Amino acid sequence: MTTTRSRTAAATFAVLALAVGLTACSSSKSATPAASGASGSAAASASAPKATGTITVFAASSLTGTFNDLGKKFEAANPGTTVKFNYGGSSALAQSIVAGAPADVFAAASPATMKTVSDAKDTATDPKVFVRNTLEIAVPKGNPKNLTSLQALAAPGVKVALCATQVPCGSAAQTALTAANVKLTPVTLEQDVKSALTKVELGEVDASVVYQTDVQAAGGKVDGVNFPEAAKAINDYPIAEVAKAPNAAGAEAFIAFVESTTGMQVLTTAGFQAP
Amino acid sequence: MTAIDTAVAARAKRGSRIPLALLLPALLGLVFLVLPLAGLLIRAPWSAMPSELSSAAVWDALKLSLICATSATGVSLVLGVPLAWLLARTEFPGRRVIRALVTLPLVLPPVVGGVALLLALGRNGIVGRWLDSAFGITLPFTTTGVVIAEAFVAMPFLVISVEGALRAADPRYEEAAATLGASRLTAFRRVTLPMIAPGVGAGAVLAWARALGEFGATITFAGNFPGKTQTMPLAVYLAMETDPDAAIALSLVLLAVSVAVLVGLRDRWMSTP
Amino acid sequence: MTTPSLDAHLRVERTGFSLDLALTAGAGEVIALLGPNGAGKTTALRALAGLLPLTAGHLRLDGQTLENPAAGLHTAAERRPVGVVFQDYLLFPHLSALDNIGFGLRCRGRSKKESRAEALPWLTRMDLEEHAAKRPGKLSGGQAQRVALARALAIGPRLLLLDEPLAALDARTRLDVRSQLRRHLAEFDAVAVLVTHDPLDAMVLADRLVVIEEGRVVQAGTPAEIARRPRTDYIARLVGLNLYQGVADGRRVKLEGGTAVTIAEELTGPAFVAFPPAAVTLHRSRPDSSARNVWELTVAGLDLHGDQVRADLTGPLPLAADLTPAAAAELDLTTGATVWATVKAAQTHAYPA
Repeated sequence: MTTTRSRTAAATFAVLALAVGLTACSSSKSATPAASGASGSAAASASAPKATGTITVFAASSLTGTFNDLGKKFEAANPGTTVKFNYGGSSALAQSIVAGAPADVFAAASPATMKTVSDAKDTATDPKVFVRNTLEIAVPKGNPKNLTSLQALAAPGVKVALCATQVPCGSAAQTALTAANVKLTPVTLEQDVKSALTKVELGEVDASVVYQTDVQAAGGKVDGVNFPEAAKAINDYPIAEVAKAPNAAGAEAFIAFVESTTGMQVLTTAGFQAP
Repeated sequence: MTAIDTAVAARAKRGSRIPLALLLPALLGLVFLVLPLAGLLIRAPWSAMPSELSSAAVWDALKLSLICATSATGVSLVLGVPLAWLLARTEFPGRRVIRALVTLPLVLPPVVGGVALLLALGRNGIVGRWLDSAFGITLPFTTTGVVIAEAFVAMPFLVISVEGALRAADPRYEEAAATLGASRLTAFRRVTLPMIAPGVGAGAVLAWARALGEFGATITFAGNFPGKTQTMPLAVYLAMETDPDAAIALSLVLLAVSVAVLVGLRDRWMSTP
Repeated sequence: MTTPSLDAHLRVERTGFSLDLALTAGAGEVIALLGPNGAGKTTALRALAGLLPLTAGHLRLDGQTLENPAAGLHTAAERRPVGVVFQDYLLFPHLSALDNIGFGLRCRGRSKKESRAEALPWLTRMDLEEHAAKRPGKLSGGQAQRVALARALAIGPRLLLLDEPLAALDARTRLDVRSQLRRHLAEFDAVAVLVTHDPLDAMVLADRLVVIEEGRVVQAGTPAEIARRPRTDYIARLVGLNLYQGVADGRRVKLEGGTAVTIAEELTGPAFVAFPPAAVTLHRSRPDSSARNVWELTVAGLDLHGDQVRADLTGPLPLAADLTPAAAAELDLTTGATVWATVKAAQTHAYPA
């Protein structure tokens, strides 16, 4: 009883944090643009760009934990810089960048969402895939319904939350389900991966198909179940500098840092795979 | 010259000299409220509208929105009017605290409201757990869940409006009814309720409008599934992720329907002096 | 008279106010509760109607106990055979005149149709047939008053309460409505209690007056008795008399300040003496008349009272005097002027206190 309650309380905090995240996301357009003027010397080499000021990074919500970590490490390595993050559903972020949100770097959870930005000629550099993510079935701790495969999710009485197909985790899940030839009616199509995971944490659904990294980030509040079809729906995460980046030098430096050995170490520790 | 004539004359006379200090902010306020709507209308993909709106999903979402908002208003009326009566007509310890609690959903971010509903009525919620084990009823991810989420957010509007109407209504009419043999319930039903009907109507319209636009609590508590829990605002939000044109088209439909309903109801329910 | 139809002892205690009023009345009797604002008239009425619980005392109607706090008995307003006509009528604004009258019947389980059929004769009695479908907002003050009366009578009450029934009307309709109300009250076979601060209403409409001040009965009796022998300043003012209290010793009543009033009757002991303002004659110099009551006074105020000038005089014996405008002009009366007032002993009326 006590454990259940404390778990619920923890879940509440998680969800409250999510709620706050959403609020922050929606107000991102009014976020202070990077207060930097050091973009004049664009000649800075890719290996050692000189970064100063504030760097604004729009990143897929599945990157929340790792990028926060990377941000701190970057600030430590580059005194005088501040990295600000805006996490959200990749497509929502892409839309806001196209609409003129003052971002320096965009890290998306799928090439498709990155494409909406590059198609609009809003990327300064060609997007590069920096990590890949694999899907996993997230189930409440202890896997009470003993779900071990995608097929099991289609059983009657099993409540599944999927991401909406408009967001990368949703389209990836759909690809995996198609590959497994599983027809599945979820109870809800969540607007981003964190909301889908929250529903599992709260025990409102029996399972969800999310990224491995999200399961890992949930820190034991949910369990992950691997399934073979995940290999057919591996998600590529592209990163690019935004065309109208207020802090172009900072953007380049941050992208270089993400791709550095230190950066990759943080990402792989969190469950991402190198491309 | 009667008093009314004098008052009308006075108003007309004063009308010719509206102070700039009031007029300017008033006009700015008007522009501020109308401009975004104008943006929506001007930038709307009118030529693509027919194709955007031809999908059955749009109409499913609209139908679901209307059904849920109307049901939520119904729930709010059935529960909210008596609640307002209790707050306006009875004295009990902690009444002010209760009143504050009732209006809490007004300031609570709807997403948090949705989480709160999950923790109370969800499958593992304090009441939901029991509903599930005793009756096999689970509310999240159902159309009923949408109605609950909307009612949670919309009911305070109704309660406040009705409570105000009750406080403005003369309680001596209830006494008059009592001396004629009416029980308190009969007096409420036959005398008070008809007398505060405009206030109830206004509250219901407000609640309905709030329920129709509800997003946060709905998506958190009831989830998002087309035809079942995906109301118009949810459809708009998700369309916004990939297809802003579709989102604008959906928004315009929602706007048109709500304006039509509100204008229609206004004449019937809300008597503006 | 056998057991009275209404037998009430109303005791209501509230902070800063207490009501203690014994009231009995026979069937068909009309009682007027008369008193200044805040005297407790409305409190008494609300207590009778059951809208305000008694603190102590009792209320019996036709032998049935409706309320007895000592026994823990309180019959709710809706269960009392009591009809009330409220001061501003409180007609239900959303119901027609006919449905207002039928309201009490509907509360007694009649269908809408039945209640209308039963209410209709009441409209006829009140000469209101053509207004049956009108909402109260469309009725004149007098019509609304009659609808309110019909609404209260339609439930067949054994006690009819009227709170300032004529106060909301203008002077002209008031005259009409008063005589109509008198007719209806005369036809009413149970007890009627009306509350008013207007002595004329009370005297025209009631068989018996109960005058209350500060929650206590100060005088009760027929209108004629009270008009003739007021016992408090309030009543004296209401009936338009100068009233003094003192101790009689033969043909003189000695007042507290030492002033004495010569009277026509032989009387001893505590007594009241009263005389109308019209009995006072004013002079600018000390009169050389046979009048035994002569006082030197100062004019404190003058105002027009109908076609008479009412002079308020202060001095050893404050009094009101009425004189014609012509006489006032001739005397050149102004505020602050000194005058001599005389009253003939034969025009005073003295009675034991």
